[in-house]
Amino acid sequence: MSRPSADVATRNGVFARAFIYAVLILFVVYYLLPLYVMLVNSLKPLDEIRKGNMLALPHVWTIAPWLEAWSTAQIGVQPIGLKPYFLNSIMMVVPAVAISTLLGALNGYVLTKWRFRGDNVVFGMMLLACFIPFQIVLIPAARILGLLGLAGSVPGLILIHTVYGLGFTTLFFRNYYEAFPTELIRAAQIDGASFFQIFRRILLPSSGPIIVVTVIWQFTNIWNDFLFGSSFSSFDSIPITVALNNLVNSSTGVKAYNVHFAGAILAALPTLIVYIVSGRYFVRGLMAGAVKG
Amino acid sequence: MLRKLLIGTLLATGLTAGYAVTTQAAGESVEVLHWWTSGGEAAALNVLKKKLESQGITWKDMPVAGGGGEQAMAALRARVTAGDPPTAVQALGFDITDWAKQGVVGDLDSVAGKEGWDKVIPAALQKFAKFDGKWIAAPVNVHSTNWIWINKKALDAAGGKAPETWDELIAVLDKMKANGIIPIVGGGNAWNAATMFDSMVLSLGTDFYQKSLIDLDPEALGSDKMVEAFTRLSKLRSYVDDNFSGREWNLDSAMVIDGKAGMQIMGDWAKGEFVNAGKKPGEDFVCIRFPGTQGAVTFNSDMFMMFKVGKDKQAAQLQMASDIEDPAFQSSFNVVKGSAPARTDVPDTAFDACGKKAIKDLAEANEKGTLLGSMSQGYASPAAIKNAMYDVITREYNGDLDPKAAAEALVDAVAAAQ
Amino acid sequence: MADATMTAPGAVTTAKTTLQDLLPKIVLAPSFAIILVFVYGFIIFTGFLSFSGSKLLPDFSTWVGFENYVRLFRHPNWIVSLQNLAIFSVLYIVICSVIGLGLAILLDQKIRGEGFLRPIYLYPMALSFIVTGVAWKWFLDPGIGLEHAMHQIGWESFSFRWIKDRDFAIYTIVIAAIWQSSGFVMAMFLAGLRGVDNEIIKAAQIDGASTFMIYRRIIIPLMRPVFLSAFVVLAHLAIKSYDLVVAMTDGGPGTSTWTPALFMTKFTFGRNEMGMGAASAMVMMMMIFAIIVPYLYSELGGHKK
Repeated sequence: MSRPSADVATRNGVFARAFIYAVLILFVVYYLLPLYVMLVNSLKPLDEIRKGNMLALPHVWTIAPWLEAWSTAQIGVQPIGLKPYFLNSIMMVVPAVAISTLLGALNGYVLTKWRFRGDNVVFGMMLLACFIPFQIVLIPAARILGLLGLAGSVPGLILIHTVYGLGFTTLFFRNYYEAFPTELIRAAQIDGASFFQIFRRILLPSSGPIIVVTVIWQFTNIWNDFLFGSSFSSFDSIPITVALNNLVNSSTGVKAYNVHFAGAILAALPTLIVYIVSGRYFVRGLMAGAVKG
Repeated sequence: MLRKLLIGTLLATGLTAGYAVTTQAAGESVEVLHWWTSGGEAAALNVLKKKLESQGITWKDMPVAGGGGEQAMAALRARVTAGDPPTAVQALGFDITDWAKQGVVGDLDSVAGKEGWDKVIPAALQKFAKFDGKWIAAPVNVHSTNWIWINKKALDAAGGKAPETWDELIAVLDKMKANGIIPIVGGGNAWNAATMFDSMVLSLGTDFYQKSLIDLDPEALGSDKMVEAFTRLSKLRSYVDDNFSGREWNLDSAMVIDGKAGMQIMGDWAKGEFVNAGKKPGEDFVCIRFPGTQGAVTFNSDMFMMFKVGKDKQAAQLQMASDIEDPAFQSSFNVVKGSAPARTDVPDTAFDACGKKAIKDLAEANEKGTLLGSMSQGYASPAAIKNAMYDVITREYNGDLDPKAAAEALVDAVAAAQ
Repeated sequence: MADATMTAPGAVTTAKTTLQDLLPKIVLAPSFAIILVFVYGFIIFTGFLSFSGSKLLPDFSTWVGFENYVRLFRHPNWIVSLQNLAIFSVLYIVICSVIGLGLAILLDQKIRGEGFLRPIYLYPMALSFIVTGVAWKWFLDPGIGLEHAMHQIGWESFSFRWIKDRDFAIYTIVIAAIWQSSGFVMAMFLAGLRGVDNEIIKAAQIDGASTFMIYRRIIIPLMRPVFLSAFVVLAHLAIKSYDLVVAMTDGGPGTSTWTPALFMTKFTFGRNEMGMGAASAMVMMMMIFAIIVPYLYSELGGHKK
């Protein structure tokens, strides 16, 4: 069913192909512009930024802003840079992604292969969870975390991110497993395989593409979250996005834009790497199921 | 209770007060939620952290920047709702009173009483730092908003005399315009325009400021004088370049520093930008009160509001409050921050010319009763009303409303927010 | 849920133990329960809040009826927010879909360097708007960004000052938002295109259909599920777009770029008007449900096998 490219393509003329490349490159420019602005300004001394042209290349090249953002910039009262906050984010993101992905896979499995009356209603309700604006859950979620004794802790953050990622992960896996041949499941069932055995031995091994999509989606969303991170973290669990915001958004103070841009790129590196490294599998994964209604 | 008794006993047995308090709080910690998260102000706060650490108290830093404290206040709500409030929280004006009304704040009376805060902290600040007669917050500094920061060279080219009246100001602006620079910059967002508006209203009289922005008298809010205040704001806007919108105040400052622009109306946190760029007050730039407002001060005091914490953290909390009001800290912190000390008895020797002026003006205004809360910084009215005013001011500044319509809209907006 | 009989596909009825029968539901139950509390419970909580006189924190001691809603719809900023949401979401969803589909079709023409282009189109989705918003703000600023640069290279008459213009600033936010998500939509469509059965296309080619006709009549109609998935993802992003507005304009110039998410946050956390913030949230939720529920109904309704 899959193929590398459209066979329609073979019939394009030279002129048409030139046009296609021109359009594609135009969009490359559009997508790269903000990154270009961030990069060139992160390599300039602050004076040069103050003087004006944001689009010009630096007259004096410097990596000092990068070093500062990494390890010596003032974030809160400590001049420690963004470095320590990476670990905080990883401690939170990795378990949250793992748990929400696993639960999503199980949910998708149940919702497609062990259907019951009202399963679509359950699924619909879970899907609607994707659309709740996070600002409204802040106060009640804080109350519940407080009651559970998880306020201001890493497990609390993991719980929150898992909860609000479930809608998406369930959606991805459900759509993927929907296309999975049910005959295989039935055969395994007749052979006496249990619920979990079927999941582990039959579904999971062929879930690679959709796991990639889900992990990328969850990783990006959780890594970039600010609202939950700032509200439910404590002094020792502040995630990178909150630290970055602290670096760039100080209300009254000198703004070192070159350091800010360097910091922004640093903070985004893990997600950028995930996208670039797994970009190929991403489309493949989407193809395998996530886009099928 | 027991702790107080213990301190008293130790004092009585001849140990020094410092030692007594230190041992009390040693091994404890304070968790501090604030939005001084970068640059000089964060470095200034580090002075406090070091002092506490020297007393054996751990500083747990919980910075949340953004929106002039808006994000921090969202985080604070989550913390309080979860039953896990920080020890101390940076807060402004009516927000402190609002939190106090929720019954979640601590009590600093034991320290305040012992150290005589009542006598050295201006009454106008006490109105916010105390609730129901009890000290609940420790004021760190006093900023004020009715300042103009002028590039000295640009001023010299425009006659060299700092304007003392509205007409003189307009004359200087005209000359700067003729000299080919942008005469004045500011108002890039609602907060920035509102900061300028403080001075517009104040320049029409302290009584008028009190009646309209603090007492919220509808008659004053909709009066011809208010129309005049908006007219003045628009007049200044006509001297601002067309790219002002969305520009942060510090970029405005950079334009004044570079001589691209002549002047800027902004609170004295702007001084940090000038000093950081290596500029000296009097030589490179001039700081004056907005024409017609000398003698009055629209203040804005950063305070640390103390929350109700467990017994195990109380001694550290009190120690932190005591350290904040320590005159040596007040001096060293505020020299860096660009503000005046919150205590009136701190010597001004370490401060630069603008800092000395700020301290002198503050003392004078305090005595004359013209130390008024800044509307733009949340010291004149609660958040809902302040922001309702922001809406009107920024719309007027951006040409969405004319001065007359703005004065009417102000009356409606304030009524709707009450 | 408890009374539901197990109808495994093909209605396999085996003599398994009761536990084994219940297991799927036991596995699903925690997720469902947690969502019931954390989503639906909280929506109900917010509903109550919107009828209360809550200011700084939730306060259920005073009830004000529909007053918060009345004040909400009388507030000029809310009206502006609704208008902006309409403009923003329509343009954003339509343009993202068009660009996404267009790029996917172009990229699907056996393009050399596809592996190089794809991540470039995709990467904006990976970045948080806290700072890319600032980059956009600068780029669009006539004094320091694009217009300035054009003037410096000699194109003096070039003018692009939307971000400073009350009537156009919202469109600059659309531009940046499209920048962020159109690549992602492209990936979805690309995946969809790659899934189209070649036989259908070949048959059409034999019948003499032009490339254009094949896309218009056969391939694009086959993309219907992708359009719907893209719509869900984009609608969700449009409604939640808050970081972007804060970073680029913070609602300005004046109050011209306020959006419902900004309104809700500012009123709840900045203005200590929690009741009114909750009312705005409820209106938002109702709008979301009005769009999503019919979609879900049509999608899931026709899915039973």
